[in-house]
Amino acid sequence: MPEILKVLVVDDELGIQKGCQRVLTEYKFTLPDVEDEISFEVVTTGSGEEALEILEKNPQDIVLLDYKLPGMTGLDVLSIMAEKKIETMAIMITAYASLETAVVATKQGAFDFLAKPFTPDELRSVIKKATKNLILQRQAKKLAEEKRQVRFQFISVVAHELKAPLAAIEGYLNIMNEGLVTDPAAQHQMVERCLLRLTGMRKMVTDLLDFTRIESGNKVREFVDLDLVEIARQSVETMSSSASARGIKIELVAPETARMTADRGEIEIIFNNLVSNAVKYNRDGGRIIITITQIPGGFRISVADTGIGMTEEEVGKLFGEFVRIKNVKTKNILGTGLGLSIVKKLALLYGGDVTVESHVDVGSTFNVILMEAQGPQQAS
Amino acid sequence: MPNSKKKILVVDDDVDYLFQQRVQLESAGFEVRTAETQADGEKMLAEEKPDLVIVDLMMENMDAGFSLAYHIKSKYPSIPVIMVTGVTSETGLEFSAGGGNSWIKADALLAKPIRFEQLLGEINKLLKGK
Repeated sequence: MPEILKVLVVDDELGIQKGCQRVLTEYKFTLPDVEDEISFEVVTTGSGEEALEILEKNPQDIVLLDYKLPGMTGLDVLSIMAEKKIETMAIMITAYASLETAVVATKQGAFDFLAKPFTPDELRSVIKKATKNLILQRQAKKLAEEKRQVRFQFISVVAHELKAPLAAIEGYLNIMNEGLVTDPAAQHQMVERCLLRLTGMRKMVTDLLDFTRIESGNKVREFVDLDLVEIARQSVETMSSSASARGIKIELVAPETARMTADRGEIEIIFNNLVSNAVKYNRDGGRIIITITQIPGGFRISVADTGIGMTEEEVGKLFGEFVRIKNVKTKNILGTGLGLSIVKKLALLYGGDVTVESHVDVGSTFNVILMEAQGPQQAS
Repeated sequence: MPNSKKKILVVDDDVDYLFQQRVQLESAGFEVRTAETQADGEKMLAEEKPDLVIVDLMMENMDAGFSLAYHIKSKYPSIPVIMVTGVTSETGLEFSAGGGNSWIKADALLAKPIRFEQLLGEINKLLKGK
């Protein structure tokens, strides 16, 4: 669909009205980033009163506004437009291209000037400039709207993810409250399920806090000299009880130390997420190998498991927010669907990235590249 | 008369919900079977010949509940189907349980969260005269 912009010409000189109409109706051009050819549809009027009426009834994109009109002046029109929140982009036409007029009109919200007498080329050039600006504004607005939509979606997904465990816990409590279950073993099972769903909710809230802090950029990042190997060991330690409960062995292949300047909390989040995933999605009696390797300017961290693996299609979806690979093998594994998207965001903050190689029923290997912050940037 | 116990099949991918439905329905005097997937549901349907089926609209796929209800109604038209859904409250979409030409094959449609008394009311209504 071609982009047709509406232009209103307000001038009491019939010659100017006709001239502008002729030049602009024939004027067509393209802009980078805009697919379609841009052309114009022109209406004209000789009075400010009528101009306002047109602007209100039939919103225009650009108005070419004469400064000196028989009734109200161009500046009056501008100020009423501002009052009525008419967002049409205004270009003042004036015979007295004085600095003073320019200043007053700009204060009133005019975008540009056209000094009488003007040539068709001058008209075209002013209109083209206004159009570029208009399109840029619209694209920015559209982007802001898209961002708003994404936020909205995010909130509704969060609400849903929290509602599900709440409903489950509420259901169990109601059943217990009504005394429907008297068998102690069944009662115990219900309490266990409640606790499990609560654990899931707590993890979800923690992940959300991490996530929003990283996403908002409000988190104060504290860069210190730290040892990746030490943090890896800590992370293994944290996961060791749930790993050994399922007979999973964790190995760390790393140099004696791997020092880099980074935010400790962020590095811990990366390791904890990767190692806990490697445990969760592993098979009983499986293995996990964590490798830390120095590369030019940074480090590569690999976490390989011998778990259920993923199909190529599943890998493609993996780093989205709230993506949980849903299949028969994963349905009893607790997760929030935020962990890997957090890891990805963090890796990007370190000028690195996360990649994954995976084979169904063989296992997955996650590779995280972290680059050392460069010079003074790290202070920001 | 142990044989007069009516058998209800509940199909839902939420294990907690299944557990709770089972407890409540059993305490109301029904025999209960549960299935977590559309495939299991269909298998159990053939083996167990339940008197009534309760199906969650969205299970592993967006339309698993729909197609299960559709299969039940085309294979066993006399088995009443109650469809439960969280869809209405989440998406604002409105469905209605269909008679005749509707593409939703269910005898009743209930929106989650469901009060158990309400569910029980529907079950008794649909099982009456059977």
